[in-house]
Formats: sequence, C-alpha cells, structure tokens
Amino acid sequence: MVAIIDYEAGNLTSVALAVRHLGFVGEVTQDPAVIASAERVIFPGQGAAGSAMANLRRLGLDQPLRAAIADGRPVLGICIAHQLIFDHTAEDGGVACLGLLPGPVIRFDFAGRRVKIPQMGWNAVELQTAHPVFEGFESGWECYFVHSYYPVPADPALTLASTEYEGLSFASIVGRDNLISTQFHPEKSGRAGLTLLRNFLTWDGRPC
Amino acid sequence: MLSKRLIVCLDVRDRKVTKGVKFVGNVDIGDPVTMAKEYSDGGVDELVFYDITASAEGRPIDLQMVEQVAEQVFIPFSVGGGIRNVDDMRRALLAGADKVSVNSLAVQHPEIIRDGAVAFGNQCIVLGMDALKVEPSAAIPSGYEVVIRGGRTRMGLDAVQWAQRAQELGAGEICLNSIDADGTRDGYELTVTRLVSEAVDIPVIASGGAGVPQHLAAVLTVGRADAALVASMVHYGDYTCQSIKQDLHAAGVKVRLSW
Repeated sequence: MVAIIDYEAGNLTSVALAVRHLGFVGEVTQDPAVIASAERVIFPGQGAAGSAMANLRRLGLDQPLRAAIADGRPVLGICIAHQLIFDHTAEDGGVACLGLLPGPVIRFDFAGRRVKIPQMGWNAVELQTAHPVFEGFESGWECYFVHSYYPVPADPALTLASTEYEGLSFASIVGRDNLISTQFHPEKSGRAGLTLLRNFLTWDGRPC
Repeated sequence: MLSKRLIVCLDVRDRKVTKGVKFVGNVDIGDPVTMAKEYSDGGVDELVFYDITASAEGRPIDLQMVEQVAEQVFIPFSVGGGIRNVDDMRRALLAGADKVSVNSLAVQHPEIIRDGAVAFGNQCIVLGMDALKVEPSAAIPSGYEVVIRGGRTRMGLDAVQWAQRAQELGAGEICLNSIDADGTRDGYELTVTRLVSEAVDIPVIASGGAGVPQHLAAVLTVGRADAALVASMVHYGDYTCQSIKQDLHAAGVKVRLSW
C-alpha cells in the first residue's frame, strides 16, 4: 500500500486516481500510523508553502514522513512537496522547511523582464542521470508544471533532471537514496508522468 | 522552454458534448468522457468542460461526469458552468477537476475569485471573460467591454482593467473569449488578446474564432497568448490536435510534440 499524505495542501483526488489507474492500492491519509505502516509514501500538495508547512506540523505528519525516509522506504514528493523537502523557502516572507535535502527555494526572478509567473503548462524534463524511476522515460519528454518557486540544491548531484523556463534552468527532479521528487505533476502529465509514477510504485528505493 | 498549450473545449449538455449551430440550435456530437480520452490520447494539452445549461437551470455542474473524466484522463482539465459559490468549486475540484472557471458570476460578485483563490490556491481559479469591441470611451479606454449572457448584456467594464483586477483578486489564469470572433472561424481577435496578455502576469488563453492552424499561430505569437482554445476545428474532424501542433511547430511555435 502506498500512503498519500493529506496535509490539507490541495486536492489529492488526481494523485489517488492515477495510482488506482496504474493498478496499485493507494490510501489518502492524515493518520501517522497509516504512513508508518505504508510500504511507500507519496508526499503531494499544491498551494502556498507557509500554510502547507504549518499544516504538516499541526497534523503531526512530518515525523512519519521523516521516518519513512530514514527507513529506506520509497518516498515521492510532488510540486509544493518538491520545495518543502529543502531547508528554507522565500515564499510567504520566508518559511523554514523540512531540511531533508540541503538548499534554498527561491522565486522565479527575471530581473525586471516581464515573464508569466507562475510557469503554467508543459515543459521538457531533461534527465541528468540514470535512475530506476526513469525506466522508459525519454529525456526531453514534457510534463505539466504549475509553480512560481523552485529549489536550488546545494549539492549538484541532487539534481536528477532539469528544466528550462525563459532561459533559467532549475532542478525539476531531485533525489537522494530512497527519496525522489518532481516539481511537475506526474499525475497530470499524461503518459510521461504515468511512466514515472508506475516506476516509483514498483521501485525498491535503491537509486541504482 | 515552456510549450504553448492547445486546449480543446467541450460544451456539455445532458451528459453529451454539443455544438451550437447557427439557426439550427445545438447538435450532439459525442460522449464527453470518450471524447476527453480520445483528445488526451491525441495530444491535447488541456481540456475545458462547460456545462452549458447548468447556470440557466440553476443546478450545479454534472459532478458524475467530472469524476468519470478524472478517472480516465491524466492531463489537466477545468470545468465551468454551474459554479455558484465556493462550495460548488470545492465539489468540482474534489471530483477531480484541476481548475474551475467563473465568468458572469465573477463580474457580478468579484469576491468569488478571491474566496476561491484563498480556499484552493490561485492556480485553481480561471477567470472566463467575454469581450466585445466597442468605441473607446472614458469608461472603456481599451475599446473592449466585458459582456455576459453570450454578449447580450454589456457590463460597462473595461476588459483590460477587469483582467488586471481579476489578477489582483487571485485569478490564476484568464480565458479570454472574443464575442466578435466567436463562431466566425475567421481567426482570433488578436488585438484584445495582446492587450490583455500584456497587461497581466498570469497566463492568457485565447478563445473564439479559430478556423485554421494559422489562426492559432497568430494568436500565440502576435496575440501573445499562452494557450489557444479550439472546439469545432477538431470536433468535426477537419483537424486533429496532432495536425494542428505539427502546423504550429512548422510555424515556429513551441508545442508539445510527443505524448
């Protein structure tokens, strides 16, 4: 069973439906015990970082998430979770995040040039390395993004794939050991996204 | 590089996709879930469902249809028609829609944009807007006026100013329909699209007037739109999403070509 963490940060219907569509059993949950007993964990979410972090702590869901990562169980972060796993975000006046990976999260800044923010739509995901979750995913396939902020990993090795928006390249997939995370929405990225999601749902948590 | 989006609009009535035909009324052209799946498999980037009779009948959007689409289609889709309040938005989003669209409701009660954005995030709220070309005036400096009820009621509101106000209130995206171009198949209204797109920082979807792929190319370049909405071009089989995208690609417009 895959636990889909519900910390009141956006709508999880699509994530749950995509997991079911792929033939796996997912449970949308706020129960730390369900996360503790899950074989793998999806850490999804959308919306603002400040309320997301506050909800995660209020519901006591940060500890079972940390435990899953420490245990070596596969964990997938999506969208706002892709940012919350880093140290700190500039969003909402500055918010301390989970610090599971080192580095800050910053806002798109094009030095006064008028660019649409959020980035909303399909953009190419360029793989930087081999990974079991990338099996059958062709580098350059496009996935669906909606975001105004992005993480800047302190260690370049954490960037597993990158994407370019208006001349700026950012880490669209990051990971270390049994943790992997996407800035885009794999559950909304058609065949490309479902390929990654299916691979995650059968991954043993070892990076290679 | 971010691709320009090709969006297909499905007008739904009584669980059937329908298309208005001048002087004839509406003809049913298919099942919404089946068509959604086919368009998704065919490379569309996003879908929009409008429940065209929900508002007039004072009932909420067809949630069962939304659920069935969400179970089978794994690309973004928005729903509109029959959204009366934040609770209706919540139900549509929980049924699996990614975004909800408000149009006349927002003109009459702009706070619905803010309330929806606070409750669900800006990215979930699409402002639908119908614009009519008028003589520029003190009240309508851009020369494009916001209208509702299919253009029958003029609101005395400038389209560009309304777009900016909607962004301030928290709209995540604007779907801009030209009443003058709608149904003509003569091309999008490039001027209003460009005016609105350059006046806001959020994405703008151009709607109304698409007849051939060159129209999309024009609105996505000259019109500065981030996405282009089509309906009859693909519903009647004159074009496919794939053929439109190939033409856009040939015209130098960045689009998603593998799916």
